[in-house]
Parts: sequence; structure tokens; C-alpha cells
Amino acid sequence: MKLSDFAPALLDSAKPTPDGVVDPQGRPAGKRFDVYRNNVVHSLSEALTAAYPVVEKLVGPKFFKAMANVFVRQFPPRSPLMFLFAPELPSFLESFPPVANLPYLPDVARLELYRRQAYNAADALPIDGAVLAVASPEQLMGARLTLHPTMRILQSNYPVFSIWQNNSETAQVILPSGGQDILIARPEAELQMRTLPAGGADFLKALQDNQPLAQAAEIGAKTDGFDLTENIGGILASQILIKTTLEGI
Amino acid sequence: MTYTTQSQIPALAGVGYKPQHLKDIQADSGSVKWLEIHAENYMMDGGPPIAQLRHLRDQFPISCHGVGLSIGGELPLDVNHLARLKKLVDWLQPGLFSEHLAWSTHDNGFLNDLLPLPYNAASVTRVANHVDQLQNAIGRQMLLENPSAYVAFTATTMDEIDFLTEIVKRTGCGLLLDVNNVFVSGTNQEYSPEEYIERFPVEHIGELHLGGHAVDSDDHGAPLLIDSHDHPVVDPVWELYDRVLARTGPLPTLVEWDNDIPDWAVLESEARHATAALGRAT
Repeated sequence: MKLSDFAPALLDSAKPTPDGVVDPQGRPAGKRFDVYRNNVVHSLSEALTAAYPVVEKLVGPKFFKAMANVFVRQFPPRSPLMFLFAPELPSFLESFPPVANLPYLPDVARLELYRRQAYNAADALPIDGAVLAVASPEQLMGARLTLHPTMRILQSNYPVFSIWQNNSETAQVILPSGGQDILIARPEAELQMRTLPAGGADFLKALQDNQPLAQAAEIGAKTDGFDLTENIGGILASQILIKTTLEGI
Repeated sequence: MTYTTQSQIPALAGVGYKPQHLKDIQADSGSVKWLEIHAENYMMDGGPPIAQLRHLRDQFPISCHGVGLSIGGELPLDVNHLARLKKLVDWLQPGLFSEHLAWSTHDNGFLNDLLPLPYNAASVTRVANHVDQLQNAIGRQMLLENPSAYVAFTATTMDEIDFLTEIVKRTGCGLLLDVNNVFVSGTNQEYSPEEYIERFPVEHIGELHLGGHAVDSDDHGAPLLIDSHDHPVVDPVWELYDRVLARTGPLPTLVEWDNDIPDWAVLESEARHATAALGRAT
């Protein structure tokens, strides 16, 4: 018996009990081996449920469990760090025929994934925005802003932040039409989420790529209605500014 | 290299730490005098769980229990995971560090379960090498835990106690005796848990585990116990625990409850039960 026979049979119930795996009297292990099969699939399904509670709520626990049975066999964890488990779920849902009628579901899963990533990402202390207020316009436009390491941006064609709110323990909101761009970050202990104004997502992504403020503003302004002052105010309100090249001015 | 057992964990009752119990623990930990954490739950870059643990370790002795290294596996140990364990042990400075005589990782990934291995000359060498590698990586002694098993292997040529004794001899590691696992494996493998306890090399035990199990049956109607950690400790396991303590005197004792996690009061009463047994053993 090699563990290389044991391991694949755990995730593939069509495979027989591996040779040499027996009960104490030397008979084929049968149901005893199935305990391991059940444990593995059950524990991974539970981990998937814990990671994607709003997806579970949207499709219902029974459907979610059946879907998890397919998913966990196809995408078992790549590492023992279970807080990283199942980053493949959003793209899996995009090509899982039974949820084709829920086109927003992959982005809801992405939102839950980004929340989990932000929760576990490196800590950093936000700075206040006073330094931005005292800089001259030239200094400001040439500055580079370092944003919080927990920051994630989700751009969706669906109102997934509102969908998320309506399916978690928050106040109910009226579902807007159209898509939403969402900022997810954990400046301190609590996760923060907010929808971004026009061009805001591209603006923040450009800053995250270490572009100076002027270039990031140009990228943001490619979207109609982009307002630089509003977006800088948003950075400060969200407490995602951790450093600027303006310090010492 | 030799390591000495320098436990900062008292010979009293502890429990597996669950974040949902944080407030209760801080208000009144009752008979719970130390906490055990699963190493893999604290390997992220930052965030509230790590901040909580930094705070908790100032209030309680903390023991660190690895659940993901796959010491019993056929693959080489994951050097990245060894580095993560070292990083955690370096900052946390846990009173004890333990891992399992089991495997969880193979070519198809991490299987999130503690899987069994045959006991023979080849596996004893492999496990001893892995234990050496871990102890060298973290720079301290580890405790190796006896597993629960539901199956047997035709490739097994050694019994579990001889296997564990040989690992201790070759590596200088200590042992974590999980008393529930003795009851579960003894029932499932048709050996006497009492005789197992009588033969166990108790001088190497650094920690005891207690936990609950579920009851099922095999294809032939024989009882099959599942190490589910979702029930109170059963009376026969408390009796085995008394037998262990009669041989060893008081030892750090952990109550594990990992699934269907109860209210703090329920878990604390299990710890109180262990505390009473520890008191009788002095």
C-alpha cells in the first residue's frame, strides 16, 4: 500500500478502497475507508461554507452543499493554510452551468474572497490627511500615495455590494440598477466596504500601482463624472492612506 | 541534537481556543488555566486573530498544536511550512509544541484530515527524519500525538507503542497522549485501551488530550468510533484518563472541542472535570 493509492481514492468515490487497507481482521476496510472519504469532503465543504456565507445564502444550503461536493474534489486546498482555501470559487461559478441564471453570483463570491483576503492581510497604521492639505497643488500632483496593504477593489457589472448587504446581517437596502465598484479594506480591526464614485476604482488601482497622483487622476478622468477632490476625500474617509512622498515638506 | 522539555504549561486543565469564547474567557476562565491554538490558524500576514493571540498570550500560557505538516506523509516536508512554523514559534514562544503521527498532504493537495499510516521499518525511518527536521527547524522539542484510526494496513509490522517508542529513541521528541484516541483506536482496531495505557512509555508524555467522539458501525456491525471532537468526553475515556494519571501524576491536560462548538460553560465544565481528576492524582 502506498499513500499515493490512498490519497486519490479519498476524493474519487469511483475508485475502490486501496489494496492493503483492511479492518482489524484483515477484511477489506469498506465502510471504514469511507469514513476518511466523508471526513475529507465534509471538512472541505464546511470550510467552503465558512468562506462564502453569502453565496450559500443566495443559493440555499442544500444547493451549496451539492455544489461544494463538486468543487472540493476539483479544487482541493493547495496548502494547509485553510484561510487561503478556495480562491478558485468565483471563476468556478462562472462556468458552473446550474448557476448560469445567477450572473452576479461569481462577483458576490469575489467580494467574499476579497473580504477574507483583506481581513488576513498585513496590518498598517493609516495616517491622517493633514499632509495633503498643506501641500501646494504642484507638490500634491507629483506625490505618490501608498495605500493600505489590505485594500482590494472589485469592479462589477452588478450591484453586488447591495446584494451582499441584503444577504448579511446589515440593514436592507434598495437594489440599484447597474453595476458597482467596491472598495474593501481593513484599516484597523474592522473590515470597511464602500462603493466608489465614477472613475474611483481605476484611480485607486493606478495609485496602488505606484503612479503619481497626476497620472492616477488622468486615468480616473477617463470615466465621465470623475471628481478628483471627491476621490481624495474618499481615500481619507476610508482611512486607506498609510504613507505619502509629501512627508517632510 | 537533544532537547529538554521546558514546559511553561502548568499540569492543569486547558482547552482548545475558539475565538467565539474570547469574551467569556476574559471575563472568567474558571478552571481553564491555559489555551491551545492550532498553528495553521495564525499564519496570515496580519489581522484580528493574530492581534487577539498576542493579547491572549500575555494572559494565559499558550500551547501550539500543528495540524498541517503531514509528518506521516510519503512526500518530503514542505520547507515553506517549516519556515512558517518557525516564524510562529519564534514570536509566540508557546509553552509546548505538538504535531500528529498522521499525514494530510499528498500530490492532490492538502486533504484537511489526519490520515493514518502503516507502521513498519520504512515508515518509522521516514517519520523519525521528519520529526528531526521539524525539531531542527523550530529549534526545540516537539510532542508527537498518537492518532485515531479507522482502518488497519496489511503493510503494518509494528504496533503503535513500539513505533512511538522508536521515534522517541531516534529523535528525542516527547509524546502527546490523546486518551480519547486510545479509546477510539482501541475499539476500532480491537485492542484493549487499558493494556495500551499500561504499556505506554509514560515518562515521555508532555501533554494529554481529551475529547469527544461519535459512534457508528462498520460493514460487519462492529462498533466504529469517529474522532469527531463534537461531543463531551465519555465516561470510559475519563476512566482511562484516571489510569494514565495514576501512572504519571498530574500533566497538562487539554479538552478539545472543534465541531458543533458549545457555549463556554459546557467546555469549562469539561475542564472542571479534568481538574478534579488532576487533583485526585496529586
